[in-house]
Amino acid sequence: MAGETPPLLEIEDLHVNVDEKPILRGLSLTVRAGEMHAIMGPNGAGKSTLAHFLSGREGYTHVSGTVRFEGQDLLALAPEERARAGVFLAFQYPVEIPGISNHYFLRTALNTLRRARGEEELDAADFMKLVREKAKLVDLPDAMLKRAVNDGFSGGEKKRNEVLQMAILEPRLALLDETDSGLDIDALAMVSRGVNALRDAGRGFVVITHYDRLLSYLEPDFVHVLAAGRIVRSGGRELAQALEARGYGWLEGSP
Amino acid sequence: MADTNEKPENAALDAVLNREYEAGFVTDIESELAPKGLNEDIIRLISSRKGEPAWLLDWRLKAYARWLKMTPPRWQNVQFPPIDYQDAHYYAAPKSTKNAPKSLDEVDPELLRTYEKLGVPLHERARLAGVAVDAVFDSVSVATTYRAQLAEKGIIFCSFSEAVKDHPDLVRKYLGSVVPVNDNYFAALNSAVFTDGSFVYIPPGVRCPMELSTYFRINAMNTGQFERTLIVADAGAYVSYLEGCTAPKRDENQLHAAVVELVAHDDATIKYSTVQNWYPGDKDGKGGIYNFVTKRGKCAGRRSKISWTQVETGSAITWKYPSCILLGDESVGEFYSVALANHRQQADTGTKMIHVGKNTRSTIVSKGISAGHGQNTYRGQVRMQSTAEGARNYSQCDSLLIGDTCGAHTFPYLEVGHPSAQVEHEATTSRISDDQLFYCRQRGLSMEDAVSMIVTGFCKQVFKELPMEFAVEATKLLGVSLEGSVG
Repeated sequence: MAGETPPLLEIEDLHVNVDEKPILRGLSLTVRAGEMHAIMGPNGAGKSTLAHFLSGREGYTHVSGTVRFEGQDLLALAPEERARAGVFLAFQYPVEIPGISNHYFLRTALNTLRRARGEEELDAADFMKLVREKAKLVDLPDAMLKRAVNDGFSGGEKKRNEVLQMAILEPRLALLDETDSGLDIDALAMVSRGVNALRDAGRGFVVITHYDRLLSYLEPDFVHVLAAGRIVRSGGRELAQALEARGYGWLEGSP
Repeated sequence: MADTNEKPENAALDAVLNREYEAGFVTDIESELAPKGLNEDIIRLISSRKGEPAWLLDWRLKAYARWLKMTPPRWQNVQFPPIDYQDAHYYAAPKSTKNAPKSLDEVDPELLRTYEKLGVPLHERARLAGVAVDAVFDSVSVATTYRAQLAEKGIIFCSFSEAVKDHPDLVRKYLGSVVPVNDNYFAALNSAVFTDGSFVYIPPGVRCPMELSTYFRINAMNTGQFERTLIVADAGAYVSYLEGCTAPKRDENQLHAAVVELVAHDDATIKYSTVQNWYPGDKDGKGGIYNFVTKRGKCAGRRSKISWTQVETGSAITWKYPSCILLGDESVGEFYSVALANHRQQADTGTKMIHVGKNTRSTIVSKGISAGHGQNTYRGQVRMQSTAEGARNYSQCDSLLIGDTCGAHTFPYLEVGHPSAQVEHEATTSRISDDQLFYCRQRGLSMEDAVSMIVTGFCKQVFKELPMEFAVEATKLLGVSLEGSVG
């Protein structure tokens, strides 16, 4: 992954508060198309804050620093504008929307994005074809997609549904917020297979996780340790393995 | 540089909740107006304009005499200044229909354009194929479509005025048989001054082959609209009926006091759906329609069924309780309702299910949405008479709050007079959650679409009861009416 490709996401010296409390304290990160970056770190380090803040969630105060997405000021955009620009968040806790079927929700979202990209909307038949094909990736049965969004889904089903949405919406940048939490081994393998199928030269990934297990399936290009609101160490897969073996304690005080 | 993530959110929400009323235009058409005021002479004038028989004039005058002795109801959970009943016109008719049109070709093109603009094309070959429409403009019916095709099956679908002329026996037999003239203040007023409306009769064993629909439009200024609808389904008959309503934006309040009576004989089914979008007033509560309506159905026969579905998004104040009197054994009553109160709107709506016959069943599903400074009240009565052996009721009342300046209230009244009767009542109140909104927006939906999607999901149980075309319309309408509601 040569450094010459222009950056997809450029975060520089980012400071973000929650309720006046500094959570991100000088975070910098550059993600280029085709790269997968894993972010690990102890609880409370600011991992989920980063994912939510980047996708435009309310409740976070931007103190200083910049975030550029394909050269554009990401923070100037509303959440839906970020989504339309190609930023996708796979939620740690996917939300239920009673009374709205997965099909309808997903088709509305896809057609909204397609309109934003200047593409034709998909009609119901073409959409069904697309969903059936993509649903195989994560083994979600059609009957499930007819049910209301995440309504009555198990933890694993919700996560698979997030990956399905990602596969259909085809983002430029995918943020995966603890997509492995609450998954058994089989589900983890399935979700990883889905994510890997989406990797290509035009797409970047930021994967937030606590465990090396997910990374052994995904094989990220970079692993970063986030502690006390900053990236304190970066490396390759071996860093994740070391963390798994030794915990975070040995990194404290690192630059 | 602070708060970059918060501002767009609120601004977008405000924009969503402050959209304009789209049916608020005025049609420039010459009207014939009765002088302002209400008295016996005005009632005589209405009756003579319509060429009514003496019995009907008598009926009106008796209702008027009753009304004079009555006082307006005060128990409802809505607030408005006293209405000056002398300060309104009780008859307004587009001049061009003075000699009622025989066919659509004779209808004033300006009127046809009005209905086109509202999305109700009256030409029979128009897109709304498969739905017969009766269009009521201010006080008179201007057109009824598909009449000939319906007549082949013996179905009568016409304006109320025509029914009085052409089917006097039927009208006389059923008029006031479900809602007596002295039933309540507004029903008595309607009985005295009603001007037009729709009449439907489905003969025994006939299944009405298309949706019947009435479209009500208030256009003239300072007028009330008092229409009267009467639907009779004879033994084994089936009919699905829909009404829609709009009015121009005006600064003063206009009164709409309708009466709807339904009669279902043995094994007959009447499905009555309403999409009500009267002008709700502006965001500060100026203007708008007072929608004070009495709707009641009588399940007169065994195994008869009456089903009310309403989507109430408009009006400054809504006061209506579409009800069922379950007389026949094993008869069924249903009430599915979505009521929205945004800005300064007030809704006090619900139903009454009166179980008289054995093994009668009723279902109530009410979805109330409150936003802005809206106040939404569900008021429902379920009464099991001492004769209602084995009767059952299930009620579900859900309230959705958007923002923190609105209100939701639930007043269920349950009376069980037979030991074998069962009544079940469930109620929930929830808020539209930031998590849901964010989830939708993260997938690319605008705030507007996110709110409307979540609310549509909330209303699903009711929308699925609507005929398909109207479910689509109702979903859109809800989206529009919600604009400016989240904060």
